[in-house]
Amino acid sequence: MGSNLIDALFIFMLAAFIGFEVIRRISPLLHTPLMSLTNALDAIAVLGAIVLVGEHKSTFSAVLGVVAVIAATSNVVGGFLITDRMLKMFKSSRPTKP
Amino acid sequence: MTDFAGNQYIIEIVYLIASALFILSLKWMSSPSTARHGVWAGEIGMVLAIAGTLLHHGIVDYKWIVIALVLGTGIGIPLGFVQMTAVPQRTALSHAFGALCVTLVGTAEFYLRTPNVPRFMMAVLSMEVILGSLTFTGSLMAAGKLQELLPQRPLTYKGQNFVNLALLAIAVAIAIRLVQHPGARALFPAMVGIPLVFGVLMVVPIGGADMPTVISLLNSYAGLSAAAMGFVLDSKLLIIAGALDGSSGFILSVIMSKAMNRSFTNVLFGAFGQVQASPAAGTEAKTVRSATAEEAAAILAAANQVIVVPGYGMAVAQAQHKVRELYDALTKRGVTVRFAIHPVAGRMPGHMNVLLAEADIPYDKLFDMEDINGDFPQTDVALVIGANDVTNPAARTDTASPIYGMPILDVDKARTVMVIKRSMSPGFAGIDNPLYYLDRTLMLFGDAKTFVNDIVRELGGGGRS
Repeated sequence: MGSNLIDALFIFMLAAFIGFEVIRRISPLLHTPLMSLTNALDAIAVLGAIVLVGEHKSTFSAVLGVVAVIAATSNVVGGFLITDRMLKMFKSSRPTKP
Repeated sequence: MTDFAGNQYIIEIVYLIASALFILSLKWMSSPSTARHGVWAGEIGMVLAIAGTLLHHGIVDYKWIVIALVLGTGIGIPLGFVQMTAVPQRTALSHAFGALCVTLVGTAEFYLRTPNVPRFMMAVLSMEVILGSLTFTGSLMAAGKLQELLPQRPLTYKGQNFVNLALLAIAVAIAIRLVQHPGARALFPAMVGIPLVFGVLMVVPIGGADMPTVISLLNSYAGLSAAAMGFVLDSKLLIIAGALDGSSGFILSVIMSKAMNRSFTNVLFGAFGQVQASPAAGTEAKTVRSATAEEAAAILAAANQVIVVPGYGMAVAQAQHKVRELYDALTKRGVTVRFAIHPVAGRMPGHMNVLLAEADIPYDKLFDMEDINGDFPQTDVALVIGANDVTNPAARTDTASPIYGMPILDVDKARTVMVIKRSMSPGFAGIDNPLYYLDRTLMLFGDAKTFVNDIVRELGGGGRS
């Protein structure tokens, strides 16, 4: 647990810095699709829920897990769909380069 | 080494690839030309990660996983096809779903592991559950307000901040107690329940105009709670995705609060709409000049440079397609038309951009406040459609105004200002706008969609009567 914890903190710190640097560059033009995309990515929490359902350690945990998988999956599917729909609408007035 | 070591390596490699794809996904979002690759990268990463997880050796029951995945997809598809004007409430709802997932998993993990929960794990688990449950109800409230199921006006009462902070303090105290005694099962429901109540109370006093900041903040909380879940489950992929989402929400919150010249605490504890309820009553009868669609069309047709300033009113009236017709009609006459977008225009970050893009207005005609503000003095007509506070010159001059210091679009510097507005009633925040009484300002009273349509018809650009 000890070294795992430190590893995890390092990973969190590095990912947060990458997040800051990458997201800072995103133009306000795309802030709405950005939010729906990060929402879909954040639904990666579905992994934890899937394991919970699959391991079936107790009925209680399995039931909570099923609800959690439903909630997160709807975010994955809905989030990617609407992000793509939004991005498709952004068109330049200049002809796009091949 | 167990028999499953090989499998475990494959799963970890798959997670590694998924992490890289998630980062690339956000990187590609930086430009509209590559942004759709970003969505694909995210989708591939997600499918890989889910497939990898299904290989997990502890999984014995696949039936319910499949059922839940199918049900979730069934809910997700309609949520992916909502109207563009409903995107803010959809986003709030998805924050609620994400937080719900995290809270439920945290709860289940607690009951599976108690009383053998190491201190650090109990601490992050508490953070996961507290952030998750307050984000869940807070986001539901925000979605309800945005969908107008709940009143958009802030609801305030005496001692509100005290009650809210006290609730949060109790939840944290319970968490500390649980860290010391992870076997105290009876305390856990309170640690979930109190933040649920806090989430409701936190959003109740927040008005519609503050929604961009609140949605961003809730976005950040949802990300942080997912990262905390990553610590509990020792999942690096979750930590990374949560950190990315958390920092994204945080950056957006900072941008939004800067654009309103307010601090986080001020947004969360300030109850914007109530501040200025009284002084508006004492205004002397100032005169405004109004104009008809015919007059407005004549002035627009004679202009060289026009800047359109859209606001939430345009979204409410669903006027974006009519605005596109106006853009076409004026462009055909050789008028240069650009759009000036304030960071907090609308109800979420980037709201106006999406609506205008939906109406097929090219994105290179949409400008941020900083990029276009210097051009207003050389602009013949600034046409304000359904925006109010973001154009209020009192923010520059009137130290008594609640929006004093907020960066605004300098529309009052244009040669002529036209404001499409339903009536003279003050906007959401109840703040009088001196812009309307300037000599160079023409008020165009009416519904945004109808009025723009009338202007287009006068210009002979195909508007319908």
